[in-house]
Amino acid sequence: MEKVVQFTLNGKPVKLNVDGDRMLLWVLRTDLGLTGTKYGCGEGICGACTVLVDNEAVRSCSISVSDVQGKHVTTIEGLEKNGKLHPLQKAFMEHDALQCGYCTPGMILTAYSLLRENPKPTYDQIAKGMEHNLCRCGAHKRIIEAIQAAAKEMAGGAKNG
Amino acid sequence: MDSDRITELDFSGNFSGLTMSRREFLKGVGAGIIILFLGGEAIAQRGGHQLPSDFNAFLRIAEDGKVTCFTGKIEMGQGIITSLAQMLADELDVSLESVSMVMGDTDLCPWDAGTFGSMSTRFFGPPLRAAGAKARAVLLELAAEQLKRPVDKLVADNGVVFDGSDKSVRVTYGELAKGKQIIRHVVNHPATDAAIKKPSQLKVMGKPVTRRDAMEKVTGKAKYAGDVQPEGMLYAKILRAPAHGATLKTVDTSGAEKIKGVQVVKDGDFIAVLHKYPDVAEAALEQIRADFNVPTSTLNENNIFDHLLKVASPGENVSRTGDVEKAMARATKVIDTTYLNSYVAHAPMEPHTAVAMIEGKKTTVWASTQSPFGAKDEVVRFLGCAPEDVRVIPPFVGGGFGGKTRNLQVIDAVRLAKLTGKPVQVAWTRSEEFFDDSFRPAAIVKIKSGLTDSGEIAFWDYHVYYAGTRGAEHFYDIPDSATVSHGSGWGGGPGTHPFATGAWRAPGNNTNTFARESQIDMMAVKAGVDPVEFRMKHLKEDKMRGVLSAAAKQFGWTAKPPAGRGYGVALGIDAGTYVAAMAEVEVNKKTGAVQVKRVVCAQDMGLCINPEGAKIQMEGCITMGLGYTLAEEIHFKGGDILDRNFDTYHLPRFSWLPKIETIIIDNPNFAPQGGGEPAIITMGAVVANAVYSATGARLLQLPMTPERVLEAMKKR
Repeated sequence: MEKVVQFTLNGKPVKLNVDGDRMLLWVLRTDLGLTGTKYGCGEGICGACTVLVDNEAVRSCSISVSDVQGKHVTTIEGLEKNGKLHPLQKAFMEHDALQCGYCTPGMILTAYSLLRENPKPTYDQIAKGMEHNLCRCGAHKRIIEAIQAAAKEMAGGAKNG
Repeated sequence: MDSDRITELDFSGNFSGLTMSRREFLKGVGAGIIILFLGGEAIAQRGGHQLPSDFNAFLRIAEDGKVTCFTGKIEMGQGIITSLAQMLADELDVSLESVSMVMGDTDLCPWDAGTFGSMSTRFFGPPLRAAGAKARAVLLELAAEQLKRPVDKLVADNGVVFDGSDKSVRVTYGELAKGKQIIRHVVNHPATDAAIKKPSQLKVMGKPVTRRDAMEKVTGKAKYAGDVQPEGMLYAKILRAPAHGATLKTVDTSGAEKIKGVQVVKDGDFIAVLHKYPDVAEAALEQIRADFNVPTSTLNENNIFDHLLKVASPGENVSRTGDVEKAMARATKVIDTTYLNSYVAHAPMEPHTAVAMIEGKKTTVWASTQSPFGAKDEVVRFLGCAPEDVRVIPPFVGGGFGGKTRNLQVIDAVRLAKLTGKPVQVAWTRSEEFFDDSFRPAAIVKIKSGLTDSGEIAFWDYHVYYAGTRGAEHFYDIPDSATVSHGSGWGGGPGTHPFATGAWRAPGNNTNTFARESQIDMMAVKAGVDPVEFRMKHLKEDKMRGVLSAAAKQFGWTAKPPAGRGYGVALGIDAGTYVAAMAEVEVNKKTGAVQVKRVVCAQDMGLCINPEGAKIQMEGCITMGLGYTLAEEIHFKGGDILDRNFDTYHLPRFSWLPKIETIIIDNPNFAPQGGGEPAIITMGAVVANAVYSATGARLLQLPMTPERVLEAMKKR
């Protein structure tokens, strides 16, 4: 059933006439034209579609658009602030923490959520926190290194989103 | 025959690619200095294609001094968008930032066979460098004329030519290119045509560089095929058979037709539903009721090996030295082993996707493909149109690994665009991606080998079934040996595999290296000699001895493994690159679970263009290789693929990650070799040998699942 759904997307209010049962992933990619959020498995297993809902990592393929009513949704496109990359984005670049890049938005947003909960994670805590995000190219080592570097930079005073 | 055409059509095999006339082509290229070159003859021969007669790639120095390279190769994560640009920057004496790559667009780039086989750097690199060198020579000649100085007094640096003794006498590349269209060819053997720089002169190549596509990829701006959404585009979902070989009996689409905005297309047995939202199309597809004739297939992942051996051809000699039969009689200890490999999926994170748009005569397709020109040929054949009416554009490709050389989704999208008159996107679901993958073939290797009294390898009799010849030949010093390949390589013939099979990252070599290096390890044990020492004793080539020593030193091979752990070693050659790997593993003796703790990998790939990029590829190979080694295996029954998502098909995860140490042997005097695949080939054997060291159990089948480890431990 079509209904009005309102939420904040990357800092700006949106109002949609939409079937509230549709998954957020497809509404983002089609109605809203934000294609940085990727489809990988459709069942919440791989993490390619991860977005932030009220700053927590959520699988957008498995959450309906009506479930984000009134909430703050951040996609990879919204992580940059005033033309400045987020420390995680910078660290992913500097550490070559990506190859084909398809899983990268989900990796970065999952890491964002992880660092928000635990700003000084150990190696094992990072690996555990990222465990359910899949990367086929095998960039895992550098993803962990990038998250460690970003954590360090963010602890040093850089603002976390 | 029109001599003005860049390529002649070869109707004997496939259609050929770029067919516009030279005049049209040059008009499109614009002003500047243009160097045409032939990148990689070895690639072209593979496709049965006739090459464009004189070039298949070119570079341009434009009037603003910017350098652009046009090549049919594509970027799918392997990093050539960076390493190829590095080569050009160095040869041209320009900054890396001023070099752009235009890749894979069939309207802008000349024909190329595709991106696979770790060939871009090996075969495309040398002519690319020669083209850069040639362009630099042209620029120096022009500068000499303009500055009224002899060429040998001039220096080129950062896009500027100046008098070596008076820097104020200068002219930029852009100024030299202004208002001109100068076209040169690099012909014949590139080395004799234009002198490329010596290793000591290189400033950009050989230095670590960050990926050039990283910014787009971390901000979500990088476009993949599915991100292309032309006005009015519909998403299509296609009715799929429940098993391979099944045919449609009856279908009722009325349920789907009731959904608002859904368009149902029936074209013979081909049924699709389309909607402006992919999720609505998917929901509509679920409303279709269909009955299929499903052929009975009794094959599954367990009995497939008996089937494959039964239908195997007698085999072809790959190589033969001495007299194996005679040598067998001399051997005192003989080991006879059969090794098994299961079907493995490519499983790129981006499923196969294509967007097709037909406007008038012109068909444009954006596709996730490793072979845009192959896709173009298929579209031309399907539509029966002229080659110039089809353009295939590969945006960023979200992983390929050999799986995106088939372009089924492209034809589906074009078919539906034609039937509906609208732009159509076909993006496979994960389930479709598993079902219609061209899997790495299940394969068998049988090795019989023996030792002499003095502990030398007496003979080697090697038979590989369905993994092809890549990596089948051993590189040890064995006087009497035979290598025989059965079956028809990765593809298999009719009646062989129950579904499509094909090339998978370092095709065949993973299987061959697993078998060979396991067998060598068993021989070392039987001879009572340390596995590294045993290998050294039987190695002649310096390159291989070099990587083995380097790995052993870094790993600390001579130390004893900590309690409950084991060490393994494996060697291999792939795409011209020599690899030695060592691993430390821990085996849970109760559950059979294997945890790889540490991997050291040394690689000799000749001149390494981008060491950072090469290391990333090695790390990727090691991490991805853990999958086929420990867990990845396709289960199937009655023609159906039972693994349809990542819940049952397990890719390597963060918790699997060992400590990885990579070593690149600096060997700048040898031509660059492949880097995207070699390090993955040693993973099966290095882990199997380490598991043996830890438990005394010998694993002869990949993947080494916990159940197989427990079973092998029982057999000790």
